[in-house]
Amino acid sequence: MHSADLIVIGAGPAGMSAARRAAGSGLSVLLLDEQPTPGGQIYRDVDRASKTRGAILGSDFTDGRALTRGLAHENITHLRGAVVWQIEEATRVNFTRNGKAELAEGRRILLATGALERPMPVPGWTLPGVMTAGAAQIMLKQSDIACERAVLVGSGPLLYLVATQMVRAGVPPLALVETQTKADLARSLRHLGGALRGWPYLLKGLRMLWELRRAGITRHVGASDIAVEGDRNASGVTFRVGGIGHRIACDTVLLHHGVVPNTQAARSIDIPHRWDDAQGCFAPECDEWGRTAVSTVFIAGDGAGIGGARAAALAGEISALEIARDLGRMTEEERDAEARPLRSGLGAERAARPFIDSAYPPYPGALAPADDTIVCRCEEVTAGDIRRTAGLGCLGPNQAKAFVRAGMGPCQGRYCGLSVTRILSDMNGIPPDATGYYRIRPPLKPVTLGEIAALAEHETVEVGK
Amino acid sequence: MKPDSPFREIDPETDRVTVRFGSSELSLPRGENLAGALLVAGVMPFRHTPLSGAPRGPFCMMGACYDCLVEIDGINRQACMLQVTEGLQIERPSINRAIKGAGNA
Ligand SMILES: Cc1cc2nc3c(=O)[nH]c(=O)nc-3n(C[C@H](O)[C@H](O)[C@H](O)COP(=O)(O)OP(=O)(O)OC[C@H]3O[C@@H](n4cnc5c(N)ncnc54)[C@H](O)[C@@H]3O)c2cc1C
Ligand code: FES
Repeated sequence: MHSADLIVIGAGPAGMSAARRAAGSGLSVLLLDEQPTPGGQIYRDVDRASKTRGAILGSDFTDGRALTRGLAHENITHLRGAVVWQIEEATRVNFTRNGKAELAEGRRILLATGALERPMPVPGWTLPGVMTAGAAQIMLKQSDIACERAVLVGSGPLLYLVATQMVRAGVPPLALVETQTKADLARSLRHLGGALRGWPYLLKGLRMLWELRRAGITRHVGASDIAVEGDRNASGVTFRVGGIGHRIACDTVLLHHGVVPNTQAARSIDIPHRWDDAQGCFAPECDEWGRTAVSTVFIAGDGAGIGGARAAALAGEISALEIARDLGRMTEEERDAEARPLRSGLGAERAARPFIDSAYPPYPGALAPADDTIVCRCEEVTAGDIRRTAGLGCLGPNQAKAFVRAGMGPCQGRYCGLSVTRILSDMNGIPPDATGYYRIRPPLKPVTLGEIAALAEHETVEVGK
Repeated sequence: MKPDSPFREIDPETDRVTVRFGSSELSLPRGENLAGALLVAGVMPFRHTPLSGAPRGPFCMMGACYDCLVEIDGINRQACMLQVTEGLQIERPSINRAIKGAGNA
């Protein structure tokens, strides 16, 4: 068994910066991530990226090396390829590594499991050749792989970022089909004050748009009635703009309309969540240090609410400070003094968020999908199936699950949970908070009996000192 | 396999190993992401759904959707979470086992 003062789950910006700060305060840290290299989603595989790849992905990507370098600290043990599948008694973490289950005990646990792309159920989204925009970016970051003849569909800064990265890679997308409207932009202008405080993000956005324009990429803005065509594979996208129908023939369709907190681990230990109307998702309830209702468990980064990579790194450090105080490594005064500049940085990072969230809202057509659109990819349950369960008296996702198996597949509702909550909430006229979400039970990821059998032969390993 | 895959390695890796996918032999870049390497090699779909038999391929590339499941040594695994190693023997998951994941019944 491993043991440490602090177990950090997730080696993205939040987890890496928390690990470093905690280690610097004298805590022993065990950092677990299922990926073979540190970086999380934004800095995926940053240490292996070649010069050309670094140029394609930009300095926002290569900046992540400062964080991965920080992991070289004597108090930090980073286990790569460690898939966490269960948290017990708020202090023990079960994970699988190299086909064997292992156990770790920590006095405190920090969940830094990041975000998932918001489910975007549109007709045809289960066809081979349809992926998320983030998936295309992961292939570019990790393996130098580009998607040819691709159409990017949806909304938000990440859609533009992936488009510019594809342009720089020499494999530009055929077009962008964007779902935000002029009315969204007009509404977002009341947040312009905050956005100006977060001006670097605005500038970045404008630069990306300019880069796309210079590359001659067509942008269809205000698109609705989006559907992916294809028989065995995606072969085209259809949509309407201003009442006019369009069709673009293509080989890959990359969907994206924002990211939402990955709440699976937090939910599995019954940490309470609340609905965030501005971001259209659930977020765990945490105090200003990231502490949850389970007092030994903290959450930092996009898993606690979407704020982006820099905000995630700052939040990770803030949680680490309170954990260090909690374990007697610093006084309250020291903690507050060190947290002060981090908090002001966090405020600046979050300033542009309300503007971005309202200028690039989720695609309405995917929040209320047509009856015959599949919502639960694993069990092939349609929006109409879910609506019918509301007619049968189902108020929440767990009841609907019992009727139609939505959320029963291996993804455990990661790509249908929010859709099901939203559909039931709309049908029953009950707010999302009261409608609730799937009950998540371990294992968070499938684990085999063979892997668990290996646990019996564990030995005790002390991490750090 | 199909040479007309829409997925392309920008800077093809020269260090390659041989793996089997079903009845075909593929030469894949050592150490790279298995799902990505299979896509470049023209493998599609990866699996069929147990319910309707619909074809599926990688969707999220981050271990969340399970649409990239393949069978290796009798166990269903997420190809996007694996690296290419010499001599892998990969099969399409047999339909009735696909959804049960790796023994998570
Ligand atoms: C696909 C994708 C691409 C993105 N690309 C960008 C981008 O280019 N630029 C940008 O500004 N923002 C991007 N984002 C937004 C991103 O969420 C944040 O910018 C940033 O990565 C958040 O940092 P984090 O530390 O909170 O989480 P992440 O960086 O997401 O890190 C979470 C880590 O937790 C690990 N993890 C999760 N569950 C488990 C488990 N059960 N067991 C073990 N490990 C686990 C994951 O492997 C991951 O490495 C992207 C988001 C997604 C989903
Ligand atoms: S592509 Fe989603 S789990 Fe592998």
